[in-house]
Amino acid sequence: MRYIPHTEEDVRQMLATIEVDSIEDLFVEIPAEVRLDRPLDLPAPKAEAEVLRELKRLAAQNATEESHSCFLGGGAYNHFIPSVVDHLLSRSEFYTAYTPYQPEISQGTLQAIFEYQSLICQLTGMDVSNASMYDGASACAEAVMMASRATRRKKILLASGLHPEYRETVATYCRYLEMELVEIPAGADGRVDAAALEAALDKSTAAVVAGYPNFFGVIEDLASLAGAAHAVGALLVTAVAEPVSLGMLKSPGELGADIVVGEGQSFGMPVSFGGPGVGFFAARQKTLRSMPGRLVGATTDKEGRTGYVLTLATREQHIRREKATSNICSNQGMCALMATIYLSQLGKKGIRELAEQNLAKAEYAKQAIAVLPGFSIPFAAPTFNEFVVEVEGDVEALLLRLEEQEILAGIPLKKYYAGMERCLLICVTEQNSREQIDALVAALKGGLA
Amino acid sequence: MSRTGTLTQLKVCPRAAKAEMKSGTATSGLILKDKLIFEHSDAGRTGYSLPALDVPAAALAAELTRAEVKGFPEVSEVDVVRHFTRLSTWNYGVDSGFYPLGSCTMKYNPKINEVAARLPGLAGCHPHTPERFSQGTLALMHDLQGALAEISGFDAVTLQPAAGAHGELAGVLMIRAWHESHGRSRKKVLIPDTAHGTNPATAALCGYEVVPIASGDAGVLTAETVAEYMDEDVAALMVTSPNTLGLFESDIRKICDIVHAGGGLVYCDGANLNALMGIARPGDMGVDVMHFNLHKTFSTPHGGGGPGAGPVGVTEKLIPFLPKPVVVKEAGNYRLDFDRPQSIGRMRSFYGNFGVMVRAWAYILTMGGEGLKQASQMAVLNANYIRARLEGAYHLPHQNRSLHEVVFSDQDLGGNCHTLDLAKRLIDYGYHPPTVYFPLVVAGAIMIEPTETESKEVLDEFCDAMLEIAREAEESPELLLEAPTLTALRRLDETAAARKPQLRYCPPQEATEKKENKSCY
Repeated sequence: MRYIPHTEEDVRQMLATIEVDSIEDLFVEIPAEVRLDRPLDLPAPKAEAEVLRELKRLAAQNATEESHSCFLGGGAYNHFIPSVVDHLLSRSEFYTAYTPYQPEISQGTLQAIFEYQSLICQLTGMDVSNASMYDGASACAEAVMMASRATRRKKILLASGLHPEYRETVATYCRYLEMELVEIPAGADGRVDAAALEAALDKSTAAVVAGYPNFFGVIEDLASLAGAAHAVGALLVTAVAEPVSLGMLKSPGELGADIVVGEGQSFGMPVSFGGPGVGFFAARQKTLRSMPGRLVGATTDKEGRTGYVLTLATREQHIRREKATSNICSNQGMCALMATIYLSQLGKKGIRELAEQNLAKAEYAKQAIAVLPGFSIPFAAPTFNEFVVEVEGDVEALLLRLEEQEILAGIPLKKYYAGMERCLLICVTEQNSREQIDALVAALKGGLA
Repeated sequence: MSRTGTLTQLKVCPRAAKAEMKSGTATSGLILKDKLIFEHSDAGRTGYSLPALDVPAAALAAELTRAEVKGFPEVSEVDVVRHFTRLSTWNYGVDSGFYPLGSCTMKYNPKINEVAARLPGLAGCHPHTPERFSQGTLALMHDLQGALAEISGFDAVTLQPAAGAHGELAGVLMIRAWHESHGRSRKKVLIPDTAHGTNPATAALCGYEVVPIASGDAGVLTAETVAEYMDEDVAALMVTSPNTLGLFESDIRKICDIVHAGGGLVYCDGANLNALMGIARPGDMGVDVMHFNLHKTFSTPHGGGGPGAGPVGVTEKLIPFLPKPVVVKEAGNYRLDFDRPQSIGRMRSFYGNFGVMVRAWAYILTMGGEGLKQASQMAVLNANYIRARLEGAYHLPHQNRSLHEVVFSDQDLGGNCHTLDLAKRLIDYGYHPPTVYFPLVVAGAIMIEPTETESKEVLDEFCDAMLEIAREAEESPELLLEAPTLTALRRLDETAAARKPQLRYCPPQEATEKKENKSCY
């Protein structure tokens, strides 16, 4: 076994030093009645070439951006990943380290997280960012719990346009915390229905939670939501599932959001069947001490040189135990590093141009589909790189026909919304060429015939 | 060397140099400083390229858009590459050297796992891909679930949780859902004082009151103690076995029986499963729920803090409550089952950290059943070897046979030196220190977990260093108190960091406006 270096002679000498006769003697504290009395029923060990062959066999059964024209978004996005990201990530000093408990030999991880926190603050327009969380959905759930702590209130208004899996995750986390979760419907334009929101808001409301852009790709009017929430002393929590949009959209911070969370997979991570990505979490300075998750801060060493350490750990579970702000222990360190490398490379101009390309490609597709007979765009509000299409016909049958042409045309919304059986969510990124978009439009047209 | 140069001038103290010759592998070398990425920025510089836009440009209304992302860096590709390469050199990873961080199972991260996770057909599969076009990913998940169930003795496994603490949350939520489905609203969860901090935090998140229970003098939980605390208001016992002292909870079978007889369930923190593979299975011991840490036991990288993965195994009665969706196989095809009315719901978006699952599956295929058993045997052998070599020089608070890790204390350390000083001195010898000051039941704990991937030579050199440091503490304690001296930075002021938190970069002009602009922190 190539990962285990022990020779027979090593084992013999080590047992002698321990003063036992056999390996078996090391397990004396495990009573016989709980021992496994047979070998594990698993395949025999495989050589490296065999393992790789097996994994390639599995990989070949999947459709990807390389085999299909892919217009799937809905919380995971195909963006180009520059070669630099994976090359730097493969420095094993990064990925074979753990939590930077010993700052003197972890400054690489710590400074990278400090830079990540800075980038997230700049992007979201917020004061403080943590070192990252599991994903956008769990970060959203943590934000809801933090809003409840900060306001000492229990009622949460969740926009129906918030990513449905984020809403479900919030519901799971809040299951036994005596919270009241109220869904606020979307209006005719795809944004939060202002009248419904107004009616639901009251002095017991801890937070209004909305996507930005929302699950329909629609750009919510965050300033109005913030105004309405703040009027009753509630917080605005914004979840950004496609953060490339922040390259051009006004930052949630500027528009009045109190907590901004989201999914950073778009920033240099492959879609990888939905994970790992990275949940980002940013808030206002005044609520810093009720934030969940790790934080990295600047300090100096005993010779006065700048360095970085994990800080404010007194909020966290290993110190506070049952009184901690969250049970989260790790962050998504490697993914936060990927985002940091990716955003550094894109920089101020790149993030803007990337956002503009996504918008332009999606607008091009949207306008072409809008004029197809049998297709319409139900929501009038502006969108970023995703939009909902309503189909006069059977969505499932249409998708099957397009799959035959190696097009994964979108996500059928009946999976998430009763009443949207005829709707499809289409995502277009910079990875989709005009040729692909034209082929999609032609296939949609033909597919309904 | 100029003051603004990139070289870090190390004041190599003569004593450290002496020690270095004696045993350690650390030495002083050329370490390159680097600024923050923002400080490399120069307006107009770019590090990216995009294909020319092949559709008409589009615009959003001005009130929706920002002028720019203020503060974002403008650097070239070369700047990025050098910057992060330099950062990487300030880190210590398993690939750098011995990393005996207790309870974290810092075993070697095989390189084939990295190749596997990057295969385009796996990394490039979108989570909304129709099931008929994602059979490969679903098959991998299904088979990994099965393998983990076999290794642990549980009836079903969910792969959804993203980390150990996330798995705990899923597990305890399932426990509560099970109680509620039986019309019971129990309020308390028993947690031994040796537990990871995540255990009580998780129980609190599930609305439970935490009742800490003392492990006995031997460092293990006794059936009598559990019986004493067990009552009709106890929903569950959360236990770690082997526990954080590296000791097997030898009463576990009886303990589970007591909890079950009292109408409760038993949760096992599976962080320390690396001691047990192929030897004993928590599911066979009477445990009802357990999380796995794929990044500990199954060799996936720790990534400087994540991503990990925290699958959860359950016994049959808890299957209805598993997070949804669940991967199922029907008539040779795999699909995601969302129709699970009693499920606790989703723990996150999509299906879990799939990229981590690929790595774990590559590891299980490589090791096979016999390889996993051998891994556990050698992990336990290594821990006991270190114990045998250091016992006597270091105080060993618990005498039961150790499994995969051993916990010493600083009680016998001379020269008014403490665990922290020992840890910092180990850095000067070229090692990542063990876990320190945990578990809390041992004052000044030094928790050493070598894992199976370290050779006898590595362990001998480490033990030599530990013994040497014990001598140094007696004879020249300043070597410990001043350590580390060979690192790019010396000890950092953590108190100052917490007192005036500076959590993001402030450009110089912004920094001068700090008083008016609080957001600059």
